[in-house]
Amino acid sequence: MTSEDVSGLRDVAVVAFAQSDTLRTTEEQSEVEMLMPVLHDVLGQTGLRTADIGFTCSGSCDYLAGRAFSFTLALDGVGAWPPLSESHVETDGAWALYEAWTKLLTGDADTALVYSYGKSSPGSLRDVLTRQLDPYYVAPLWPDSVALAALQAQALIDAGETDEPALAGIAARSREIANPRAQLRGSVPHGDYVVRPLRTGDCPPIGDGAAAVILAAGDRARELCSRPAWIRGIDHRIEAHSLGVRDLTDSPSARLAAERAGAFERPLDTAELHAPFTAQEVVLRKALRLDDSVRINPSGGALAANPMMAAGLARIGEAAARIHRGESDRALAHATSGPCLQQNLVAVLEGDPR
Amino acid sequence: MSKEPVAVVGIGQTKHVAARRDVSIAGLVREAAQRALDDAELTWADIDAVVIGKAPDFFEGVMMPELYLADALGAVGKPMLRVHTAGSVGGSTALVAANLVAARVHGTVLTLAFEKQSESNAMWGLSLPIPFQQPLLAGAGGFFAPHVRAYMRRSGAPDTVGSLVAYKDRRNALKNAYAHLHEHDLTLAKVQASPMLWDPIRYSETCPSSDGACAMVLTDRAGAARAPRPPAWMLGGAMRSEPTLFAGKDFVSPRAGKDCAADVYRQAGIADPRRDIDAVEMYVPFSWYEPMWLENLGFADEGEGWKLTESGVTELDGDLPVNMSGGVLSTNPIGASGMIRFAEAALQVRGQAGDHQVDGARRVLGHAYGGGSQFFSMWLVGSEPPAS
Repeated sequence: MTSEDVSGLRDVAVVAFAQSDTLRTTEEQSEVEMLMPVLHDVLGQTGLRTADIGFTCSGSCDYLAGRAFSFTLALDGVGAWPPLSESHVETDGAWALYEAWTKLLTGDADTALVYSYGKSSPGSLRDVLTRQLDPYYVAPLWPDSVALAALQAQALIDAGETDEPALAGIAARSREIANPRAQLRGSVPHGDYVVRPLRTGDCPPIGDGAAAVILAAGDRARELCSRPAWIRGIDHRIEAHSLGVRDLTDSPSARLAAERAGAFERPLDTAELHAPFTAQEVVLRKALRLDDSVRINPSGGALAANPMMAAGLARIGEAAARIHRGESDRALAHATSGPCLQQNLVAVLEGDPR
Repeated sequence: MSKEPVAVVGIGQTKHVAARRDVSIAGLVREAAQRALDDAELTWADIDAVVIGKAPDFFEGVMMPELYLADALGAVGKPMLRVHTAGSVGGSTALVAANLVAARVHGTVLTLAFEKQSESNAMWGLSLPIPFQQPLLAGAGGFFAPHVRAYMRRSGAPDTVGSLVAYKDRRNALKNAYAHLHEHDLTLAKVQASPMLWDPIRYSETCPSSDGACAMVLTDRAGAARAPRPPAWMLGGAMRSEPTLFAGKDFVSPRAGKDCAADVYRQAGIADPRRDIDAVEMYVPFSWYEPMWLENLGFADEGEGWKLTESGVTELDGDLPVNMSGGVLSTNPIGASGMIRFAEAALQVRGQAGDHQVDGARRVLGHAYGGGSQFFSMWLVGSEPPAS
């Protein structure tokens, strides 16, 4: 949807963001225990209580939890009493935020709580993610997520779009950050090949974490936040599932989503990209037409912390928080789902003029 | 700015059966989607976005299957959103899709829900042992039977009411070509003599495991004006959720269900549901949930719901027909079951329900629930557009 389309609709903003530390293992914590401090933090920033929230939407994945209906336990933690107007998506929380945004547009609610979480530590994430591939022709071969990302990286190198030193540079920049919540920061060795051409440094850390955001519409947003991050446009698009019919060096779905979100109408100063593998940042920068004037992933992005189902929502939250703090005026936030950037969401956030 | 009115202009479902071994998951969902498009006389190119729902991914053993289904549902290059809210998901999915139209984000949206239960075993998929968490016992029946018993004790309903519901719904299913169970030789005596599974729930009072999909095309006012057949108009829709377990929870008549219905009635201007609503398609996976939900939804006073069932009010030719399609008791592709309820409500007000049509149905409620009687989604559809 273009920003012109949105102009007749309600203005909706991100007014608060919170996240947990992302840790390699959280054996001593349930998902609910991991999530609760994040919910308290994000509600505390606005002074709202659960019962004040008009709509609640979350994102999580049963395959990470290893049990059906895992999100019901998190809802117990939210404190859904009296009963809530509530929904859940089985994917990254960025799509929960999208659902909440549409709910606020209808006028049925003025505020929304969006949260997501994922614990990758109980299983072997590379193996678990093979279960999201075509169940008849691809999943039985168990091609793991790093191997698929390596195909994409090799396609980029073969096309002359990048090389291994450039990818190493992306890895280093992503970890030279001051984000205290990140799992990897500082000088991180680029390491050995995991699957050629990807080295350990080209891959995201595997970690557990949670994120939460509060949305508010119109004047309610101004009451809750001194500088709301207005959602000027948000759109998401999916591509074919079979890798064989896609050009892995490009992301037409990300480009179309950005166009529909109005990203190309005016210059951006910041972009938070959900690119778990270094080579995917190359793909996204091209598709989203991000030149060197745009600061990429000041948070470190998914290469510094990649809690499954929360890393995309955290990109929107990180971009919004920079606007809240006055460090950005117009930022792009991106989330992805599926193998090799199959599905992409783009949000354009703006602060009021200073 | 007021919401855009939402109309249902296309409905499609598969013939629900125990096992669709002739099609893949993609083939199953595409069949329902194509039928919904055919009903609306639209093509894949007319669809702006796809909203898909299903119950837990363990039921097929495919993680986030919407990624793999993007091609089969014509979603490539479009937005595709996956909803998962337990057993209510089919209803919730339709409501999320409706919001895209109501918010004027999209003009025409395809929404679809499915389950291909033959790929796995739902009862044990629900019963994975997790340390330090209350087990669901042997599937959903083990969880719900005590709450049925509580209702019987609280209301003083005769033991036979459940069997009446089951016998009615299975007979209604005989009029619905898409229903899974077509038990032509079923008698009330056979229902009452069927094996006890989870006391007081007998075998013939439980839902089957089905493979099936249901799809709807939702559109705005302009889309409805172009529709070849009468649209169903959404007059109200809501979701409510409450915790699974807590001190003081009323499992017999959960507050989330009452609140959800009240919200829908408020939106639709329904003062007295018993008088103002012509028929109800509700989520009854175990027979006794018919009288329980009649009370929870405000069609009967507390403790009185079973009297409507016993006196024949909920029969297809009764004053308030319930589960005209044969209901969940006759067809249960879990993730799709909520949407089938919503779709049946829409079929009724469109006058397209064939042999199970309720004459003159103008306002019909579709209802779904899930989890531990904690997730509710409902919509009220009408033959006329909303007043405002």
